[in-house]
Amino acid sequence: MTLATAVRPVSAGTGPAARVRFGRLLLAEWTKLRSVRSTIWSLLLLCVLTLGLTALYTALTVSQWDQAGAFHHAQTAADPTALIVGGGLALSQLTVCVLGVLVMASEYSTGSIRASLLAVPTRTPMLLAKSVVFALLIFVVGEAVAFSSFFLGASILHAKAPVAIGDPGVARAVAGAGLYLSVLGLFALAVGALLRHTAAAVTAVIGLVLVLSPLAQLLPGSLGKHVDAYLPSEAGHLITQAHRASGDLLSPWQGFTVFCLWTAALLAAAAWSLNRRDA
Amino acid sequence: MIEARDLSKHYGGKRAVDHLSFTVPPGKVTGFLGPNGAGKSTTMRLLLGLDRADTGSATIDGKPYRDLAEPLRVVGALLEARAVHTGRSAYNHLLILAQTQGLPRRRVEEVIDLVGLHDVARKRAGGFSLGMGQRLGIAAALLGDPAVLVLDEPVNGLDPEAILWLRTLLRRLAAEGRTVFLSSHLMNEMAVTAEHLIVVGRGRLIADCTTQQFIARSSQKSVLVKSPHVRRLAELIAAAGGAAAAAEADELTVTGMPAERIGYLAAREGLEIYGLTPQSATLEEAFIDLTRGSLEYGTPADGTHHRAKEIKA
Repeated sequence: MTLATAVRPVSAGTGPAARVRFGRLLLAEWTKLRSVRSTIWSLLLLCVLTLGLTALYTALTVSQWDQAGAFHHAQTAADPTALIVGGGLALSQLTVCVLGVLVMASEYSTGSIRASLLAVPTRTPMLLAKSVVFALLIFVVGEAVAFSSFFLGASILHAKAPVAIGDPGVARAVAGAGLYLSVLGLFALAVGALLRHTAAAVTAVIGLVLVLSPLAQLLPGSLGKHVDAYLPSEAGHLITQAHRASGDLLSPWQGFTVFCLWTAALLAAAAWSLNRRDA
Repeated sequence: MIEARDLSKHYGGKRAVDHLSFTVPPGKVTGFLGPNGAGKSTTMRLLLGLDRADTGSATIDGKPYRDLAEPLRVVGALLEARAVHTGRSAYNHLLILAQTQGLPRRRVEEVIDLVGLHDVARKRAGGFSLGMGQRLGIAAALLGDPAVLVLDEPVNGLDPEAILWLRTLLRRLAAEGRTVFLSSHLMNEMAVTAEHLIVVGRGRLIADCTTQQFIARSSQKSVLVKSPHVRRLAELIAAAGGAAAAAEADELTVTGMPAERIGYLAAREGLEIYGLTPQSATLEEAFIDLTRGSLEYGTPADGTHHRAKEIKA
């Protein structure tokens, strides 16, 4: 190997020219996202489901207040945020899972991945740009949805279990819901990139998010508890809770870090697979 | 300039490209000819860095495709399979590609007008006909005004008018000094479009020569003889070292003997002849002759696989 060929790869992918090119990729990925209907429909569904379910749960809680026992009263009053933020999110998070999968898997199902890779043959920057743009979009929409649904739910619940955004842990939990959704979107995107098949990837993500935790809890003794605590969605979910439950092994930020590590590992695997496999 | 050196690729146990080497020079239209399954699309995917070669290398102007910083400004490609999101408009598809290369929106409008998609540019590409899809693919290939064009079956689905338009366009682009490399299994299309041919069968190089040479060298010339005495004539021709096959009740196809010699033989025996027509081989015939035994799904005429003759210009 000559010196020239040995030195060349070092300069590739760095410097101002590469930064300009990455800016272009961000712009292109943004155009990709906004130019298909699935994005708009999924995000609309996310807003409607979250706000609708939050309103429904809180309104039901208020109307059933007198029938509910003292234990339920105490539970709701101790952590109203869990009811407000957690209730709607449990189901509406699936829209983010589906959209995340679609963002990458639809490139394969329609064949547009070939055009994308012809334009960006180094591949990894394309995946990176897509991840950045998608995570930012879900973060912005997710925060908007989380705060709207909090204020909506808090106003409905006010007479029975008052809660304010300034209460300890509440602002972090509500903002955490947006963060959680944004990382969940990346998690789904990575699975979509790895499996390349929409239906398979949606099934896998929903399985990981909804089905794995009840299964892990079936494991005997503290093993089940430990496995469950470190599962991606269970760990990630902690950041959306205002108060740490007595049995939780991880703090909210620790849990969120675990979720981010899972996602980072999957994205790294997706990048490796994207580079290694034929398009 | 495209250079392929010792390219090989297999999928599972099946060898798609088998130690293929060739050069596509700038300034002319080079055809990439071969039957279905010969490895044309795979070779093009290897050239474009979509698939990884098992052995060998492919370079465009001396660089592997993956090393091109702004690839669409260097190489324009049209792939056989659709490469467009069905839910996206033609305009947005091209805009996305333009944005990755830092090309202005104006250029997107230009190529849309160039391929005649102006009226449907804002419609979802999923509803496009095969021909419209091809036009969109050609627009994407021309977007970066590239010096090298790699087009896989570009005339597929185009109507005759569009084929003529594309042929003229490709010739003009080649005349401007660009490298134009297009694949086809349609031999007659190649005969009128390409100056140079690279012919493959079963992933191997069969011929690398000018289109004229390909027709001239690889074909057996034959003579069509019309006469009421076909049986007698056939005996005479066979005795004189030619080969005669009955085409119709009063027609013979003679190979291995010029028309003059057949006329002489007939005159010597006093046999009437109504017609004596030398048949020049078409590219189709030349192609079938050369790739016999290389046909992926064909049945060799004599039941054995004989190696195709290799022609080098």
